Amino acid sequence: MVEIRIHGRGGQGNVLAAYLLATAAFFEEKFSQAFPSFGAERRGAPITAFVRIDATPILRRSQVTSPRYLILADDGLLRVSETLSGLSPEGAILVNSSHAPEDLRKRLEEEGISLGTGLRIATIPATRLAMEALGRPIPNAPLLSAFLSLTGILSTESLGRAFAGRFSGDLLTKNLALVSSGASLVSENLWKEPTHA
Amino acid sequence: MRDVLEGSQAIARAVALCRPQVVAAYPITPQTHIVEALARLIADGLLEAELVSVESEFSAASVVLGAASAGSRSYTASASQGILLMSEVLYNISGLRVPVVLTCANRAVSSPVSIWNDHQDSMSVRDSGWIQLYCADNQEAVDTTIQAFRISERTELPVMVCVDGFTLTHTLEPIDLPEAGQVDAFLPPFRFSRSLSSARPLTQGTLVSPEFFTEMRSLQHGAFDLAEQEILAADRDFGALVGRDSGGLLRVEGDREATVGILAMGSVYGTLKDAHRSGLLGRPVRLLCLRAFRPFPSRAIREASEGLSDLIVLDRSLSPGSGGIVAHEIRSALYGSGRAPRIVNFVVGLGGRNVPGEIFQEMLEALEKDPPAFSIFDLDPEKLPLSKDPVLPTS
Repeated sequence: MVEIRIHGRGGQGNVLAAYLLATAAFFEEKFSQAFPSFGAERRGAPITAFVRIDATPILRRSQVTSPRYLILADDGLLRVSETLSGLSPEGAILVNSSHAPEDLRKRLEEEGISLGTGLRIATIPATRLAMEALGRPIPNAPLLSAFLSLTGILSTESLGRAFAGRFSGDLLTKNLALVSSGASLVSENLWKEPTHA
Repeated sequence: MRDVLEGSQAIARAVALCRPQVVAAYPITPQTHIVEALARLIADGLLEAELVSVESEFSAASVVLGAASAGSRSYTASASQGILLMSEVLYNISGLRVPVVLTCANRAVSSPVSIWNDHQDSMSVRDSGWIQLYCADNQEAVDTTIQAFRISERTELPVMVCVDGFTLTHTLEPIDLPEAGQVDAFLPPFRFSRSLSSARPLTQGTLVSPEFFTEMRSLQHGAFDLAEQEILAADRDFGALVGRDSGGLLRVEGDREATVGILAMGSVYGTLKDAHRSGLLGRPVRLLCLRAFRPFPSRAIREASEGLSDLIVLDRSLSPGSGGIVAHEIRSALYGSGRAPRIVNFVVGLGGRNVPGEIFQEMLEALEKDPPAFSIFDLDPEKLPLSKDPVLPTS
């Protein structure tokens, strides 16, 4: 079972991001589960959402406390100590950030925050891409497609189908273009593991 | 048809498949998505029903009471304080023996304010005369919702379908939605035997003197004996159509020969079952999932407990000054049966506290250390104020 935790802020569409991943998994005939952990329901408040993907039915309903992957919709959340809590040492983090991973590490180290040397980090400027294409700071399409491209857990075509179930018309077209561009900005299958369901 | 849906959307579509004629509800987290989805189905012309927007849960319950009394299949949903605000009307609905189905998106009750999941709301109205069925997952929530209408209409008892807030209502997962034809074959149109009609005038809800009140209450209590059979029959008949069941009154799984059992109600059961399957429990354990809390299936619990030396009963609510509520009823059911197991009651997951799979092994370990009959298992003592260091300023 692959367990993923998404961290973001209210209004960024993080719960939808979790639902989109679980929906994409459904299209590949896998079992999946996605649910939010709401704090105060307001824009800007930290939000966590969880995704599980497996080849067999998922029974577990506890929160994801030891994720394999983190998806951060806001690089500022790296400054919140709970964000990295329980992340598997072999895990990896995809961050929505305009900084390159080494740059991000260095900036955080200057603030006294160490991310650990073994931890794999990738970044993608998803908000900038979304602003350019959609005119709104909703990073889901490039962020999720980059995540799927890196891990190879699911195809970006399945993600596109998940978007098609939620959006239509011009908005769908633009999101599908973002799915393509997001995936092309990272190294395909860089994080691929043989154990993925 | 298999689809991947948020629990609330799936429940709304299950309600729509039952062709309710009146829906009345007032939004409250975490129930809101259910009623929003029903409102959309009605607005889009996919469900032909009267949607009554009300100003409170008291009115929501009153509207469905009136509508069902006039012979309309009626549905409402609420949670937490909303259930409490309904409580006077809940007694009226059940006392008048009016069939209604209500989804309780289980949530803690204030104060302190919590929007998160536990069972305090539905437990607070356990004596209101409603059948209560607790769902372990969203498939059960869908199937139980459909079964609830038949159970309610056959027994003339209202049914509360209890679904864990957020943990189920806001979880998206693969769900098999039955076909309309399957539901129509299972659930005939509602024909209320005592439907209000100007052509056949009668009075409902009139004053009942001491001469008859006891008999009215006795009839209401007796109806729950029939309800046990109807719950089992509904699960069996619907199960035959869709090829799965929802656990009847009580599900018994895990290691049948084990001498230690764990009983849970609601979505925590999935995490318990996962812990068992993953070998996290470290020993053979019999797993009990209680679906029917009202009627309380005493006989089924006695049978399911045979051969157990210890039974851990989980409670997701608290009767302050007394303890866990489910455990009291389990003890009561097993008392005097001779070989009754020791009952150890652990309250967990109040106000949305995460219940991880590892906690069950900790409970089994605690069992070896002669635990008290009742305790709040996931309490963090470090968060409690020290007696010499009061949390509230005294000046």
